[in-house]
Amino acid sequence: MSLFVDIEKKLGSFRLKAELTASDETLALLGASGCGKSMTLKCIAGIEKPDRGKIVVDGVTLYDSERDINLSPQERRAGLIFQNYALFPNMTVLENIRAGARRGKDPAAREKSIAGIIDSFGLAGLAGHYPAMLSGGQQQRVALARILVSQPRILLLDEPFSALDSHLRFRMEEELRQVIRRFGKTVILVSHNRKEVFRLSDRIAIMNNGQVEAIGPRHAVFEDPRTRTGALLTGCKNISRIRKVNDHRIEALDWGIELAVEKKVTDESFAGIRTHEIQASGEENKFRCTVVKEVENPFSCTVLLRPEGKDPAEPIGWELDKTTWNRIRAEYIEVSLPPGSVMLLKG
Amino acid sequence: MDWFPLLNSLRIAGISTSIIFFAGLAAAYYIAKTPPAVKGLLDVALTLPLVLPPTVIGYLLLRLLGPNRFFGAWFLDVFGTRLTMTWWSAVFATAVVIFPLMYRTARGAFEAFDETLAYSGQSMGLSDTYIFWRIRMPCCRPGILAGTVLAFARALGEYGATSMVAGYIPGTTATVSTTVYQLWRTNDDALAFRWVMINLAISFVVLLAVNLIEKNGTTTGGRIAKNRRGS
Repeated sequence: MSLFVDIEKKLGSFRLKAELTASDETLALLGASGCGKSMTLKCIAGIEKPDRGKIVVDGVTLYDSERDINLSPQERRAGLIFQNYALFPNMTVLENIRAGARRGKDPAAREKSIAGIIDSFGLAGLAGHYPAMLSGGQQQRVALARILVSQPRILLLDEPFSALDSHLRFRMEEELRQVIRRFGKTVILVSHNRKEVFRLSDRIAIMNNGQVEAIGPRHAVFEDPRTRTGALLTGCKNISRIRKVNDHRIEALDWGIELAVEKKVTDESFAGIRTHEIQASGEENKFRCTVVKEVENPFSCTVLLRPEGKDPAEPIGWELDKTTWNRIRAEYIEVSLPPGSVMLLKG
Repeated sequence: MDWFPLLNSLRIAGISTSIIFFAGLAAAYYIAKTPPAVKGLLDVALTLPLVLPPTVIGYLLLRLLGPNRFFGAWFLDVFGTRLTMTWWSAVFATAVVIFPLMYRTARGAFEAFDETLAYSGQSMGLSDTYIFWRIRMPCCRPGILAGTVLAFARALGEYGATSMVAGYIPGTTATVSTTVYQLWRTNDDALAFRWVMINLAISFVVLLAVNLIEKNGTTTGGRIAKNRRGS
């Protein structure tokens, strides 16, 4: 086990209670802003001090309130990258990387690792530039090079792409994937972007209001987010309150319809279905709906549907490709909500 | 013409500015880290000399340093020297008067500093001393330099507290400002005018220097600001 975190921290009325473990893998903390994900990173890095708990990285105890251990940020070797990259503006690219390498004791080895990292990040041409002269992508590359040359035990990435223009993100994401692979140790990625998180991480922890609500492999978390927050954070747009009818049947109160579900209903209070899981054909959970509104997206259509005769009900969003919609387009339409696609969610 | 007052003013201002440079920086740095309640109180106490009349500062200093007062008497007893009426007595007076200028500008510069730079420095293993001198100070340099030059200029022109603590003894404690007053008082208008012109010239040069520093500051500051905007 490479990372063990079990901490509590109170900040005014906000309570952070984070329990996480990670091996040599990328774990993403997915949550809305203010959910405590960045605070968790800062606690691991030693910038913030938890009220109580324990943090262990690679067998080294960084913090333990019971044994009164609290290593300084310098001793922790937690490579933290901020969303603004925090490059030293008064130093050139080379000087920034040199500053990162100061931990190394042997000057020859130090120079060698600096040269190696500059080479592998393609920064040779920028060595004499100041951070302000660099593009966002180049700044991120320097920040990564600088932190890797400092030989961290763990990489902590706080919203690494939020400072980048969208066309750059995709390319930098690919670069980061390579960096992570080469690093080979635990990486914690904090983000509120579900697509980014899905593409980059092995496992995902859903955070809400200071708590880790769910944690699991990325596919599992997206297929069955288990909580309402998890569903929202993984991009589910259709969520309704429910009432249990029997073990495999629920009443979706906000949509005014009864649905068969594949999973056994226990104490869940919400159900959700992703906009693209709704089918135009299919036998189960079939409803005739009024088309309330059509929204054209760049490469698809979102159609808002209301089950016929359920006027006060919330509309259900259905996303489908443009050609299909143009073929079946009508004022009234029959759709199916496959029982296997209906996610049962806790509140 | 006797140039002593100018040399004396320059050495007094030079010494007090060097002391206050470090004292002001230290105060600004540590006060930024204290809890808010203490911070407010300390800040008021440290800024007080900026708004007090220099004569009040002179009076308080005399109460402390005078040969019949507690500290002055003890010092005279132990070292055999008075703390007042010597050329270096003026250092006490000017130091107190210029402290808030240095402290305030340094604090402003430190507060504008992006703390994430310090945090990321720590996480890559840089010592707090390295971070202070190689990152925090260079990033805050324009503000700190401007504060230092302003403090030096104010020290050069200090009159009220200086005249009370060091008096006016020609060739010993006379400064430019006390000399102007003395010459005017004794109706030596021609010489007084000369010193006034010298004083004007010095102040002009100093303020020009501050402006130049600030202009440079905006280019480096602009670089830093742009860097942040890019984030």
